[in-house]
Amino acid sequence: MTAQEYAFSVLALLGVVAAVRVVTARNVVHAALYLVATLASVGAAYLLLGAEFVGWVQILIYVGAIVILFLFGLMLTRAPIGREALDNPGRLVPALIALAVLAGLVGLLLGAFGWGDPRVELAHAPTGVVGESLFRRYVLPFEAVSFVLLAALIGAIVLSRKDEP
Amino acid sequence: MRGMLGEYLPIALLAGLALLFAVGSLAASALLRPSRPTPAKLAPYECGIEPVRLPAGERFSVRFYLVAMLFIIFDVEVIFLFPWAVAFRELGLFGLVEMAVFLALVLVAYVYVWRGGGLDWSAEGPRPRATHERAREVVRAG
Repeated sequence: MTAQEYAFSVLALLGVVAAVRVVTARNVVHAALYLVATLASVGAAYLLLGAEFVGWVQILIYVGAIVILFLFGLMLTRAPIGREALDNPGRLVPALIALAVLAGLVGLLLGAFGWGDPRVELAHAPTGVVGESLFRRYVLPFEAVSFVLLAALIGAIVLSRKDEP
Repeated sequence: MRGMLGEYLPIALLAGLALLFAVGSLAASALLRPSRPTPAKLAPYECGIEPVRLPAGERFSVRFYLVAMLFIIFDVEVIFLFPWAVAFRELGLFGLVEMAVFLALVLVAYVYVWRGGGLDWSAEGPRPRATHERAREVVRAG
């Protein structure tokens, strides 16, 4: 095995163990922390594949922002946070859906890459190329993202503002 | 692809060393110290105020939400700075202007929150008339 394969095996094992703990943890906050580990291992796997930009997006946005959003969602709503967290009795249907999605993804990947000879050519895109195409060819969508962010911030301000008496 | 891994090798080594140091010092202190715990010793001192459980039905202040949203929005913004910084020389002045427009738009909202007192961490909550009250304080102070 090469160093890359070794690193991938360790990361994959970490990610799977943490993912199992996400759904089995009794405390919702612990589940969110295990989710951090899962998402970070996915991000590290992207880095291993040479997709640097995607890897850092995964780490900054998912590990940083999305998990924060989850935790704040727990804090600011009346969701049960502690050990008395609810165990949903109707978990059979979601479990079946998740299994079906997993089977579909595995089938798709096996069809594309098989064992050994990949039938799909991997495109290698270093961050510089991503940046050039983003800032040269997609100028308008990029600036539109800024407007979306502005709208999100204004929405947050409006939601959290105290109404004047 | 191998060169890519090589570039991250120092980071991986540093992370491994840091982990080893933390685990090593904890293990060494656990082996060497006498173990006589008291409640005062087990308290998380130097970690801020001890957490107190909110009464049932009590919710956190909505200002936490505003701070979280600010963080998330600027987090998304920062992720665009990364490819921009890498391709900065090739993009030249056009890229600089582009990024300035991008940053300015979100900064407007940030300045609005700031000036509106949304970031003032006082007990009464965000004050819409912060400037008015500040003026009164100045008058009182002479």
